[in-house]
Amino acid sequence: MRAFTYERAASPRQAAQAAASTDHARFIAGGTNLLDLMKIEVETPTHLIDVNGLGLDTIEATEEGGLRIGALVRNTDLAADQRVRRDYAVLTRALVAGASGQLRNKATTGGNLLQRTRCPYFYDTNMPCNKRRPGAGCAALDGGASRQLAIIGASEHCIATHPSDMAVALRVLDARVETVDARGGGRSIPLADFHALPGDTPHIETVLEKGEFITAVTLPRPPGGKHFYHKVRDRASYAFALVSVAAVVQPDGSGRVALGGVAPKPWRDEQAEAALPRGAGAVVAKLLDGARPTPDNRFKVTLAERTLAAVLAEAKE
Amino acid sequence: MRFDQPADPNVADQGKVLGRPRTRIDGPLKTTGTAPYAYERHDVAPGQLVGYPVVSAIAKGRITAMDTRAAKNAPGVVAVVTTLDMERLPKAKMNVVYLFGGREIQHYHQAIAVVVAETFEQARAAAALVRTDYDEDRGASYDLAEQRQAHLDDEVEPASRVGDFERAFADAPVKLDATYSTPGQCHAQMEPHASIAEWKDGTLTLWTANQMVEWSRQALAKAFDLPPEKVRLDSPYIGGGFGVKLFLRADAILAAVAARETGRPVKVALPRPMIANNATHRGLTIQRIRIGTDRDGRITAIGHDNTTNTPPGGGGEEATIPTEHFYAGANRLLVHRPLEMHLPESNAMRAPGDTAGQMALEIAMDEMAERLEMDPVAFRVLNDTQVDPGKPERRFSERHFVECLRRGADEFGWSHRNRRPGDRRDGVWLIGHGMAGAYRGAPAQASGARVALRPDGRVRVDTDMTDIGTGSYTIIAQTAAEMLGVSVDAVEVGLGDSDSPVSAGSGGQWGAASATAGVYAACVALRERIAERLGADAATLELVDGQVCHGGETRPLAGLAGDRDLVAEDKIEFGDFRDKDYVLATFGAHFVEVSVHAYTGEIRVRRQLAVCDAGRILNPITARSQVIGGMTMGVGAALMEELKVDTRRGFFATHDLASYEVPVHADIPEQTVIFLEGEDPYSTPLKAKGVGELGICGVSAAVANAVYNATGVRVRDYPITLDKFLDQLPLPA
Ligand SMILES: Cc1cc2nc3c(=O)[nH]c(=O)nc-3n(C[C@H](O)[C@H](O)[C@H](O)COP(=O)(O)OP(=O)(O)OC[C@H]3O[C@@H](n4cnc5c(N)ncnc54)[C@H](O)[C@@H]3O)c2cc1C
Ligand code: SF4
Repeated sequence: MRAFTYERAASPRQAAQAAASTDHARFIAGGTNLLDLMKIEVETPTHLIDVNGLGLDTIEATEEGGLRIGALVRNTDLAADQRVRRDYAVLTRALVAGASGQLRNKATTGGNLLQRTRCPYFYDTNMPCNKRRPGAGCAALDGGASRQLAIIGASEHCIATHPSDMAVALRVLDARVETVDARGGGRSIPLADFHALPGDTPHIETVLEKGEFITAVTLPRPPGGKHFYHKVRDRASYAFALVSVAAVVQPDGSGRVALGGVAPKPWRDEQAEAALPRGAGAVVAKLLDGARPTPDNRFKVTLAERTLAAVLAEAKE
Repeated sequence: MRFDQPADPNVADQGKVLGRPRTRIDGPLKTTGTAPYAYERHDVAPGQLVGYPVVSAIAKGRITAMDTRAAKNAPGVVAVVTTLDMERLPKAKMNVVYLFGGREIQHYHQAIAVVVAETFEQARAAAALVRTDYDEDRGASYDLAEQRQAHLDDEVEPASRVGDFERAFADAPVKLDATYSTPGQCHAQMEPHASIAEWKDGTLTLWTANQMVEWSRQALAKAFDLPPEKVRLDSPYIGGGFGVKLFLRADAILAAVAARETGRPVKVALPRPMIANNATHRGLTIQRIRIGTDRDGRITAIGHDNTTNTPPGGGGEEATIPTEHFYAGANRLLVHRPLEMHLPESNAMRAPGDTAGQMALEIAMDEMAERLEMDPVAFRVLNDTQVDPGKPERRFSERHFVECLRRGADEFGWSHRNRRPGDRRDGVWLIGHGMAGAYRGAPAQASGARVALRPDGRVRVDTDMTDIGTGSYTIIAQTAAEMLGVSVDAVEVGLGDSDSPVSAGSGGQWGAASATAGVYAACVALRERIAERLGADAATLELVDGQVCHGGETRPLAGLAGDRDLVAEDKIEFGDFRDKDYVLATFGAHFVEVSVHAYTGEIRVRRQLAVCDAGRILNPITARSQVIGGMTMGVGAALMEELKVDTRRGFFATHDLASYEVPVHADIPEQTVIFLEGEDPYSTPLKAKGVGELGICGVSAAVANAVYNATGVRVRDYPITLDKFLDQLPLPA
């Protein structure tokens, strides 16, 4: 870990200003991802801006009938919120399928969205990785172990997945990300547009600009229907998804579906959802059209279809 | 004391303390965080510095240059010692790869420097500043399957040949020829390798976490060209070992070179992500098993051909071991092919040979039973043997494998099992049942101890035996309590100090049996000292409740030698009758129920049952802990654990605990362990054998067989992850 300086932000805007005006600065929220990466020098910030204590830890009703979730709301608190459990159950289910109780107590809504990939080569600084060092090459694609990695949305420069469970649920809920920037402006970014595909710049992972700070995540009115989050992994708990399915299914069989564990971002295609009444095969065929798996992770195509089939069968019960 | 013939009835048979359930005497220290583990021994030597390892970024080649200037100038740094500063340090024969010194790189994450600073954070930060240039040897193959193909026609002297296997196999009316593979596995022990080293007055002291104190004292003496008496090791608490702490490792060497360089004590731990590649692992295997039987299911031919990885000079994972003695059959052929590859060092991990071997053999037995349309329990019962199948004049000292099978089948409700693979459903879950046999040898090693009767009547036992979380402290205290007629609370046990008598150490499941036998020997000697004091005959001496009775008189043990300790030291040595005339082993049967999600292939173990036959169980609580630990590790090996080889670069890519998955609580169901009552007088004076390794043997195959029974898809390649069978699993209608 490199030496760094530290400050406590006074306000969201001041946090954004500090981050915009300092080179190699990072916000620190729960620290559960950032500190691990700093210890192995995958992240080497020279300045940390602590954004805890800015009062962004509440969940409020919005005028539109949805919820505004403060960026510093802990994953545990978000999962346990009565309104979330009742009206956005897919989110609760996704959250509790992630990490462990201790980690969820620290992990925040904003930090969770920005957690970095779990590609094993990203974690091993001896290995070439375009995400860590643009232009260095990609060990995973160059004959490496890629069972966990992406089958779609990736590029020849990087096949890392975005590992968040929460984000997959937020994607089916049509969530938006609210930010402030150093000038005091702000925007509301649909989650669909929030994460960037790697292309030839895999080190750029979101559309956030320098210094831009997440203040909240907003949810529109509850979608109704039955909510599912089925996360498949090699052990029963405490592992990242091989494939996960977040779904909201309406009584008439229509609904929404997003996949986790398959792509550099939560993977959803509103057009594929039109095929829901025809079953999982039809949906996944469209959703994963153009998938380019490696021999190690080809099974994810079958697994995605079968996991969705399990969800749809359960929805019928 | 020599153990030259089967044990007679003796004082240890009383069963007042030994054989009784007793929670660990070191338990409170551990649960309160006050047991002094190596890395936290700040009190033992003042002025400690912290060393942080630097490890190789390539698997094979040579270092051409190292630039340590930036590291040396970093805040807090006291010294940087690199592998180029010295010739290769001599290694003990137990180690396969060299630990430090010289330019040559033998494997990924080999230690190449240690950066020493005032604090951990300073050392770690500076370690990242060391720049190393390599001349990398490319083109080596790191793919065991590919290497096996290339070497398939190599002439290999069989490890063992009995009768005419080829002929008998060709003639067998029912047969199986199947190939199985097991991946590299990581010990994934809780406590990382850690050592504090200090040089003082020509003596090197190492506070460390090591299973085999004397081996490692000798190894350290050799590495630094010191007389062994100038080396002291202290290893009282060990947070798990499983074999990875049997031998000296880089933490000890780096701490010692750094302490020598700086003239101050230095502590070094291996960071978690370095352990998988820097330390040892269970080697990969590809195993071809052939079994032929007559029409009734009697094995006539059994062949086991194993290929495994090893660095030059090592033996790899000797997976043929169980096949030598486990089942009957007149014609047998075992072939072991360690292929030299430049992966990290494969070496002993919990039940080396037997674990990987039974992962394959016990699936093969299941497949064979199926071909014969026999109950797999009955098939094993039929092929039980009471003699060494290769040398029938040697018989098993005690072998109750059939009883394990029958008792297990009964308790588990095996008769209610699912009989047709893929046939039983519980909602979306397919239910399967599987079983396997378990076999592990019961070796013993010479072991010494010193026992002192204190003036206050308390007893102190010292031996360099180790407790790697197994319960050694407790069973040793129980042994002394039984032998000297005192309560366990009156016994103090000191372990892991090389100043104490040399013991068997913890390895090969010999620790419990051998070390308690050593304590027995010392206690017999102490009883003689007590008898001498009283002018009595040791044979008639009665020691009960802290009192000694002889000639109708009773007096307290306290004060027997005035205000001095009464001390005796002895060791147990085992005669060769144990191995010459008998086969000593432990046996078990595992029964498992799993459910497999019919859509996704997710596997959940629902219940596990083990029946064990391991001679006298010295303490049912600590023994059970060993077995459930083995059962848990066996589930990990069956379903998730894999050191995934990067075959292009030659290292294990899954080298942290996020990517190398071991079972979590949610993976482990109800576990039942039954120990058969029994004693093995051929084993030790206490008639005990080990259970620590038996516990893992056969477990993974039982899980694998249950998965097959649930799904109807046979997976012969561990770990059994859903990607290996999902496309063959029919989707529910
Ligand atoms: C062992 C382990 C297992 C895990 N398992 C899972 C799992 O199964 N599923 C899963 O989804 N996740 C899992 N996680 C990841 C976990 O969810 C994330 O680490 C956590 O959500 C990150 O939140 P944080 O607040 O701690 O982020 P931090 O570590 O504080 O920050 C992460 C990043 O976000 C930035 N950041 C934080 N807040 C803001 C903000 N408001 N605006 C702009 N930038 C910000 C930081 O600068 C940093 O770059 C696991 C983590 C660990 C360590
Ligand atoms: S897949 Fe992406 S994160 Fe992984 S090594 Fe390649 S570039 Fe790096």
